[in-house]
Amino acid sequence: MTFLKRLHTRGGVHPEGMKSLSEDCPIAPLPLPDRLYVPLQQHIGAPASPVVHVGERVRKGQLMAAGTGPVSAPVHAPTSGRILALGDALAPHPSGLGITTLTLEPDGDEAWLDTAPPADPFALAPEEIARRVGAAGIVGLGGAAFPSAVKLNLSRRSSVEVLVLNGSECEPYLTCDDRLMRERAAEIVDGIRLMNLAVGARDVLVGIEDNKPEALAAMTGAAAGTGIRIVAVPALYPMGSEKQMILALTGREVPAGGRAADIGVLVHNVATAYAVRQAIVLGHPLVSRVVTVSGGAVQVPRNVEALVGTPVQTLIDYCGGFSQAPARVVLGGPMMGSQISNTSVPVIKGTSGVLALTRAEIGQPEPAPCIRCSSCVRACPVGLLPLEMASRIRAGDLAAAVEFGLKDCIACGSCAYICPAHIPLVHFFNYAKGELAARERTRMKQDATRQLAEERNLRMERIAREREEAAARRKAEKAARDAAKKAAASPPAQAASTPAETETA
Amino acid sequence: MTPAIHAPHAHAPVTVGRVMATVMLALAPATLFGFWLHGWPAILLWLVALVTALATEALTIRLQDRPVKPALMDGSGLLTAWLLALSLPPWAPWWIAAVGSAFAVVVAKQVFGGLGQNVFNPAMAARVMLLISFPVEMTAWVRPVPITSGAAPDLAQSLDITFAGQGLDAMASASLLGHVKTELGRGLELGPVLANAYQPDLMLMGNRVGSLGETGAILILLGGLFLILRRIITWHGPAAMLLGVALPALVAWLIAPQAYPDPLYHLLAGGVMLGAFFIITDPVTSPNSPWGMFAFGLGVGLLTWIIRAWGGYPEGVAFAVLLMNAATPVIDRYLKPRIYGRDRRGRPHPAREA
Repeated sequence: MTFLKRLHTRGGVHPEGMKSLSEDCPIAPLPLPDRLYVPLQQHIGAPASPVVHVGERVRKGQLMAAGTGPVSAPVHAPTSGRILALGDALAPHPSGLGITTLTLEPDGDEAWLDTAPPADPFALAPEEIARRVGAAGIVGLGGAAFPSAVKLNLSRRSSVEVLVLNGSECEPYLTCDDRLMRERAAEIVDGIRLMNLAVGARDVLVGIEDNKPEALAAMTGAAAGTGIRIVAVPALYPMGSEKQMILALTGREVPAGGRAADIGVLVHNVATAYAVRQAIVLGHPLVSRVVTVSGGAVQVPRNVEALVGTPVQTLIDYCGGFSQAPARVVLGGPMMGSQISNTSVPVIKGTSGVLALTRAEIGQPEPAPCIRCSSCVRACPVGLLPLEMASRIRAGDLAAAVEFGLKDCIACGSCAYICPAHIPLVHFFNYAKGELAARERTRMKQDATRQLAEERNLRMERIAREREEAAARRKAEKAARDAAKKAAASPPAQAASTPAETETA
Repeated sequence: MTPAIHAPHAHAPVTVGRVMATVMLALAPATLFGFWLHGWPAILLWLVALVTALATEALTIRLQDRPVKPALMDGSGLLTAWLLALSLPPWAPWWIAAVGSAFAVVVAKQVFGGLGQNVFNPAMAARVMLLISFPVEMTAWVRPVPITSGAAPDLAQSLDITFAGQGLDAMASASLLGHVKTELGRGLELGPVLANAYQPDLMLMGNRVGSLGETGAILILLGGLFLILRRIITWHGPAAMLLGVALPALVAWLIAPQAYPDPLYHLLAGGVMLGAFFIITDPVTSPNSPWGMFAFGLGVGLLTWIIRAWGGYPEGVAFAVLLMNAATPVIDRYLKPRIYGRDRRGRPHPAREA
């Protein structure tokens, strides 16, 4: 570990960690389920487009759907087997809406596609590393699921100075990154080195919360001699948020409305670094991930390595099922994860945890009036006034909420967590953001309609004008011809066709 | 399972009721000291204030057709009445507490829309109303006769004092602030006026004439520090109010010591300590950012000193609090926290020069 001047933090809360439930459980491979449900969109951006057909046999790691457009990611077969169906299935999302999904029946062989990994991965050109990361379908595994290659390429072009690896895992309950760092530190460090070959940053920092001493030790050992600095950051939620991690490690702030690249920083999750290493050194695309299964309603909390597409219920069954009926099942962490209403939905690339929470763990009694205690103001890592924004949104004044910084809100939930009146502040903000987006879409639609109408009017005017001009021209030509006829009454009239006549023909 | 609910799916173990209960716990030592110092009449007065608050709050909430129990259970009405009781002359007649408590709950709070909606601190609004309407009863101070001393009235005598208004004259005394104001008004020099009346060590311990619960300076300070440690309040407001009183007092005292008492006098006399830690920290009526609280506290302190030094009343905490309550929206408008990635004026930071 390296000495660092002073770690910068703002706001934040200290939710009960609940990590002891699963932090001592080694990563266990999950037995193959009967069916895998692999959605074509597991990432931010355009959904992948299928390149296999129903009934086709695929091998593990074979491309099943290709990325489309500049921001997208391909999807690969998580195991060998046969494609059973292509169609809508329940999405791992609170809405419970459908999402285009490939259903795969495993054949039990786990037969990998033949891959040709490079002889020396560290000799690859930067563009080639980014290309392979993109081809392996790697997305941000911290939860945001943004295609990693897009970030690598963007950063390479804007010459990144600092590469930050996020190993904070600030969400309560989750221990998947902790276990990965303890058990596979060398592979993560390889992945980090490969990533930095792609972007060429001057400093490489790995931020790990100080409540994970084993992970810190393992990573420090693995990074020795590589120039990668492992930094212990305070365990303070939301340390794992990109902007907060950058502030803590570099003392710099991402400009409002901007990207980390604007200040020369690139942030990736440690699990993403591991996936990069697997993709480049072994040639294995991203088809599995470590998932923490935990919560008071789970019989035996565990960390499992699950294939993408595994139904959530399979993970819960592997952990002994429910010890009591859960009040909520959540994908991700309790602070920002989303509730699911059906455990048949699949684990996807961005699924870091499956939590079955009891009523006591959730602890959300009826909302009470705001007493303006400003706990939310002190907890906000962005420096917003959640109580003021919520009161404006309640009154329907979204413009005022925007004035108070609604668009700077990172939806981390610190305010709602700490509110003694139990006001669902994040609900308010998400409603307002959605409403604003809808209004913006309506406005753009109206603008487009208006523009089309204006263009049509112009066009009609032009056509009318041209018609009049043509008519006037014909009239003038006819007049000229008549005059010519009159003037040359004696010479015999020529019977040739005139241009004007051809035009009217 | 219940319909989908947005994150967070965890919550800190805090409720409005627990916040209020913590504040009451922090108030308890100074209150118990007040009970000891002023005896049974003080306890009776406190009880009348609390019972009245509960009754009137229940009535007004029922009139609004809102569920009574959750609103009563949050403890905000009790805390208001408690703070009001601490700011009353300890041997005041029962109806002073009853009228004040009812005014605080009904007029200063529920009429504005209930918890969280009131503009002015209910306890201080009630105190000012009482002071203006019943100046005699509100300035009838008594010498401390600790409940453990032989001179203290027993319960029967105390019932007479509180509910029949008897026996007050024998114990009558003047508050230090009132005494100094009167004597300075008569053109006397401060030195001899203070010589007998001002004993900083006794004042620090709280053994002085004053309102029911405002005298135990050290106990109030401890309660305040407890609230800061429990993150119910921050240091900004209290520190700024003490500074707001002490700084002008220091300047004036250095310039004209014969006319202006020293800073310690101002900090320990009257309701400054109670005000700094328990009154101005009322979240509803004070600004919402830490530096907003600082400005607010500074304003209350400064106005308190100005009223004491040059105003018509010997004490000014309640007036100062109400005046600054009115300024809270303005403070909130101008003193917002800086937003991440933006400068103080809200403009985004520039991107790195390429």
